[in-house]
Amino acid sequence: MNFAIVRYIIGFILQFEAAFMLLPGLVGICYGEVKEAIIYFLIALLCLICGFLLRMKRPKQMQLFTREGFASVALSWLIMSFFGALPFVITGEIPHFIDALFETISGFTTTGASILSDVEALSHTSLFWRSFTHWIGGMGVFMFIMAILPMMGGSTMNLMKAESPGPSVNKLVPRVKDTAKILYQLYIGITVLEVLVLCLCGMPIFDALTTTFGTVGTGGFGIYNDSIGGYSPLIQIVITVFMILSGVNYMVYFYLLSRHFKEAFSIEEVRWYFLIILGSIAIIVWDCHSLYSSLSDNLRHAAFQVGSIITTSGFSTVDFNAWPQLSKTVLIILMFVGACAGSTGGGIKVSRIVILFKAFQKELSMMIHPRMIKKIKMDGHIIPHETLRSTNVFMSVYFLILFLSILLIGIDEYDFTTNFTAVAATLNNIGPGLELVGPTQNFSLFSPFSKCVLMFDMLAGRLELFPMLIILRPACWKKY
Amino acid sequence: MKIIIVGCGKVGYTLVEQLSGENHDIVVIDEREEKVNSITDSLDAMGIVGNGVSFQTLAEAGITQADLLIAVTGSDEQNLLCCVIAKKAGHCKTIARVRNPIYNNDIEFLRDELGLAMIINPELASATEIARIFQFPSAVKIDSFSKGRVELLHFRVTENCLLANYELIHIRTTLKCDVLVCMVTRGDEVLIPRGDFVFQEGDVVAIMATPLQANDFFKKIGIVTGRVHTAMIVGGGTIAYYLARRLLATGISTKIIDMNPERCEELSALLPKATIICGDGTDERLLIQEGLEKVEGFAALTGLDEENILLSLYAKRTSPAKIVTKINRINFSGVLSDIKLDTISYPRLLTADVIIKYVRSMNESLNSNVENLYKLEEGRAEALEFYIKEASAVTGIPLGKLRIRKNILVCCINRGGKIIIPGGQDELRVGDSVIVVLTHSRLNDIKEILEV
Repeated sequence: MNFAIVRYIIGFILQFEAAFMLLPGLVGICYGEVKEAIIYFLIALLCLICGFLLRMKRPKQMQLFTREGFASVALSWLIMSFFGALPFVITGEIPHFIDALFETISGFTTTGASILSDVEALSHTSLFWRSFTHWIGGMGVFMFIMAILPMMGGSTMNLMKAESPGPSVNKLVPRVKDTAKILYQLYIGITVLEVLVLCLCGMPIFDALTTTFGTVGTGGFGIYNDSIGGYSPLIQIVITVFMILSGVNYMVYFYLLSRHFKEAFSIEEVRWYFLIILGSIAIIVWDCHSLYSSLSDNLRHAAFQVGSIITTSGFSTVDFNAWPQLSKTVLIILMFVGACAGSTGGGIKVSRIVILFKAFQKELSMMIHPRMIKKIKMDGHIIPHETLRSTNVFMSVYFLILFLSILLIGIDEYDFTTNFTAVAATLNNIGPGLELVGPTQNFSLFSPFSKCVLMFDMLAGRLELFPMLIILRPACWKKY
Repeated sequence: MKIIIVGCGKVGYTLVEQLSGENHDIVVIDEREEKVNSITDSLDAMGIVGNGVSFQTLAEAGITQADLLIAVTGSDEQNLLCCVIAKKAGHCKTIARVRNPIYNNDIEFLRDELGLAMIINPELASATEIARIFQFPSAVKIDSFSKGRVELLHFRVTENCLLANYELIHIRTTLKCDVLVCMVTRGDEVLIPRGDFVFQEGDVVAIMATPLQANDFFKKIGIVTGRVHTAMIVGGGTIAYYLARRLLATGISTKIIDMNPERCEELSALLPKATIICGDGTDERLLIQEGLEKVEGFAALTGLDEENILLSLYAKRTSPAKIVTKINRINFSGVLSDIKLDTISYPRLLTADVIIKYVRSMNESLNSNVENLYKLEEGRAEALEFYIKEASAVTGIPLGKLRIRKNILVCCINRGGKIIIPGGQDELRVGDSVIVVLTHSRLNDIKEILEV
């Protein structure tokens, strides 16, 4: 392990976090919350100084190998969350540090699982910061840095691999920097669009901003106790649309904007994504027809919840915990499916599911024709053996972590549905689960130990498991 | 610039390594997936798995917007076809690597008729380089500037050379030699020396001088100069053929040793003036019998790097000859410099070098004042050639009075064809062509040599 470069990169991250933290500070000033604003500014200053100290000495060896890339991403996310949690503790809004850390990690990983029973009690400053962490974590802070700074040339691919979701990382254009820039331009574009549309629909600007951060980052922190339920049906529909759009592979937007329409519409993963959404909505509408008086209400709530869960946002308009069993089951399955690769969402990712199904079909036909040679294709390209292998490994590790976490939080002796959905909701970066962690409930009931387990799950889920596992391996920390 | 490179072999890798550091958008194409991955994993380029001859693949790589396509696959025909298709599909310039000597005679025809910007033949380029070294035996390596009028001569300070433990300032004051020491490579470090610099044994010194002054200087410091009159080449490959042809043309008697009788017959037919010996070049007795002890130039050009290194070490011990070693592998160049072989020729690096020079001149003619850019000492230093178009802060003032940045040296002024090796009293004038050597950041304009 080249410690110097990891330290150097963490320094960068902290300085960027300092810059990000100025925004809630400014919001605090706007709302006259001077005390909170000062606290945020001071912590921003602290981040800046720590970052500066870490970056004082430039590492001799600037090469970034896979191990340094993964380790620095995992560590940076941890440290970033640590500093991000400080303001909550210091303002006294979340007095326990573990709780504050849970809230911040939940923010950065775009989970949206909260330990607060009364969100409305928070100051505007903290509400803004809480939602803004979604926006930062959605596209990824490393991606942001790569878009701005000329870093270590080609080896930054290792950072991108560690942070961006999906079975294989594709560049849109030859240079990492330009790719990151395009992704952020798209991201900012969607954000601005949603804020404008929400404002036009009559949402106050503060609500529009925080909700947008939660939507495009597929996070899901609401600023009211009933999440989105209190807004008008029109606003709910707008949010549904933007949630679903945020779960689409950003490559589609790139193709659309560069006028490659044929390529944009032929991405298999995205087609499956929309099919799954439509299918799930249909089932839920059919299943819940007795619950709602009008079809339009039924459709709106079904679409909202399906969009919210599959993109792993975790907003809610109704308490879906009260829905019939079939609908709840559909939602649980959607939790695992997740959004598209290359989007801001979490979960297993539609592309992995598609790949797995194709591999499964291939294995079946191999049993019928043992000597058959067959290559699995997606979007007209053969899926390399390497991708297939890593997908299989991902799935095994994924379920290992899932069941291990359920076992560990089982110590708290809550019912199985609660435990299972709590882990599923954190590992897939969704937010609310069912029963005791349902949309109207929160995670404060868990013991500090269970919270730590869930925090690990959130980070592992956001960074696609391996970066978090690598730093647990002693061999990773050996000096060269 | 947008550059497409077809073929991810060693040359392809070296090209991407160099060019991606210079702000080009690079897409690489190769049929072998692991080769593509080896580039995209460690360098900033996009990879496409496919055949570069296929129009579809080229389209995917963005041939319509590309400025340049470089075809460096293993096959000449594939390279040429790829360039032709690229030319028809887009508006890019194309460079192909073509190594078969059969094509070599028609190279001009091929280039013009197929619309290629450049055809590079690695063997021919290597042979040219080796031939040049045989004409300047005491200099280890030669880079030429200003269309060959000025040469940067690199040589190693040996035990019995006067320069060992010699202070740089004495070259001008005591030896009265008008040469300019541009760079000294000590171990892995490249230094731009000042007057109080003291040379050590093992340093590789680069000097700038006109050929006449250089000869005088070498005589004074005790390095014997003079052209090679006899040369021995072990290994009768393509480079050997080109080299022998060139040496024979300048009247150097040449002996080629090769094991393969058929190849010997071929060579004998191609090179009637050369002495062709059919035998094992690694046989000590044969080498001595053929006069290794008396030979003045020795080139180890077999297909095996290990054999070439051993042969060169043996030749170094038994003869005073100027020795050139061909090495295909480029990974261990650091180790090779430790065993003090005289000159190592890397055909692959040379190919990449020639292409990169072309790309740079193509790129730099777009938006900066650099006329030529030369990589020195494996990229740890650079020589830039500027043309001064207008009066600025650097013109009209003696160089000694300018506050020039550290690690930059103005090493040559070409004033209307007259070469000036500048001292502190010389000044830059409008219309001059200036060569600057530097070890760190790139310059885009001559004005940037000044301290900010």
